[in-house]
Amino acid sequence: MAHVSMSVNGKKVSGQVEDRTLLVNFIRETRNLTGTHVGCDTSQCGACVVHVNGKAVKSCTLLAVQADGADVVTIEGLANGANLHPVQAAFREHHGLQCGFCTPGMIMSAVDMINRYGPGNLDEKTIRHELEGNICRCTGYQNIVKAIKAASDEMAGMQQAAE
Amino acid sequence: MYETTYHRAESVENAVALLGGADDPKILSGGQTLLPTMKQRLAAPSDLIDVSRIADMHGICEDGNAISIGAATTHAEVAGSDLVKARIPGLAKLAGGIGDPAVRHMGTLGGSIANNDPAADYPSALVALNATISTTKRKLSAEEFFTGMFETALDEDEIVLSVSFPVAEKSAYAKYPNPASRYAMAGVFVARHGDGTVRVAVTGAGQNGVFRSAEMEAALAANFTPEAVAGISVDADGLLSDIHGSNAYRANLVTVMAKRAVAAAG
Ligand SMILES: Cc1cc2nc3c(=O)[nH]c(=O)nc-3n(C[C@H](O)[C@H](O)[C@H](O)COP(=O)(O)OP(=O)(O)OC[C@H]3O[C@@H](n4cnc5c(N)ncnc54)[C@H](O)[C@@H]3O)c2cc1C
Ligand code: FES
Ligand code: FES
Repeated sequence: MAHVSMSVNGKKVSGQVEDRTLLVNFIRETRNLTGTHVGCDTSQCGACVVHVNGKAVKSCTLLAVQADGADVVTIEGLANGANLHPVQAAFREHHGLQCGFCTPGMIMSAVDMINRYGPGNLDEKTIRHELEGNICRCTGYQNIVKAIKAASDEMAGMQQAAE
Repeated sequence: MYETTYHRAESVENAVALLGGADDPKILSGGQTLLPTMKQRLAAPSDLIDVSRIADMHGICEDGNAISIGAATTHAEVAGSDLVKARIPGLAKLAGGIGDPAVRHMGTLGGSIANNDPAADYPSALVALNATISTTKRKLSAEEFFTGMFETALDEDEIVLSVSFPVAEKSAYAKYPNPASRYAMAGVFVARHGDGTVRVAVTGAGQNGVFRSAEMEAALAANFTPEAVAGISVDADGLLSDIHGSNAYRANLVTVMAKRAVAAAG
């Protein structure tokens, strides 16, 4: 057993875990944050994507002990109270989901890509390339790509308005 | 996943000591290969020695006419490095094409080459650029290091510390990714060195992992254009044949990727 402590969505958490506990299990089972999904056994689907120290990673392919001391953000940590994050709002607006299983991972990957490229700097080709690690069985991706593009542009506008 | 005991190494010396003190240990770097393998119960190390937070194993720096990259440097760091982009753009592009963004945020150079997956991208760059691998025990050339499919010259208790990539005059990588896994179905790294020699290294296709094509190298040394390799095909006999593609299909892909790499190198 190992002792881990980390920040999850801004809250300090700590606990004893088995060394082999995956971060996704720690988040879902001990924190009851079940928005982070597990869609595969092979590290390929991206349903489990969370941010660790500001970077998108697959929480099914990381031990909880590896994230000791880290700053973890999950899908539950994106909204500001009742106000959805612009990427969440855009997925709703543009119908970027059907069953919703892939959505948490899609949104966490989308936020990460907007952070890396800067708001307003994403075109369709880049978004599709960047989504290589996120699989959706329902939508055909069309509206997911549309939602991410809209959110990225919207966030650029918000940034400008703030300046 | 079977039970295991995790250790975070604070330094290279500490990692060596931890390796020596454990029953059946494995080094853990980015975990993007090892953890999926453990989840499938195809590996069951008694101990995991995490080297990812060892400062000495991180970073990218200029080292004479070469770029030295720490073994624990992630694919995303290599892809985003201004130094790599300026001096060996093909290497930055290769790193940026490994897997997907989340895999690139965790996966490392050292883990990739120590694993020596026959479909991995980095081995081709190391061989074509004639890189030198520094370990806790010695320095090895890329061709000494990669010994076969999933096999390297590394001893059980040997750790890759860094890789030094000589800056080539021109170089580029072209990959045909498997549409599902993103691993190479065939990838070709082409490099023309300052002394006029050319190295062509092929990954994804060979049964024994990365290999060079002497015929393509000779043709390109005489005439560094895509046309020079257009008529050369590698022998399909030693190539992988699986549900993703036959060996004849892969042989054809190698020629196509070689042409694209030469065109990209300019
Ligand atoms: C969905 C997915 C897609 C991928 N696509 C690609 C792709 O397109 N191309 C590609 O090349 N790779 C791909 N990979 C693999 C990825 O690049 C891995 O990061 C890499 O193969 C292993 O690096 P790691 O740091 O994660 O190593 P780990 O998984 O931590 O370790 C791998 C092996 O190397 C050993 N090891 C690690 N570090 C050292 C060291 N410093 N010295 C000695 N031994 C060491 C470990 O003991 C282990 O046996 C993919 C992986 C996934 C999950
Ligand atoms: S559950 Fe993590 S990639 Fe599928
Ligand atoms: S909405 Fe169902 S998997 Fe994407």
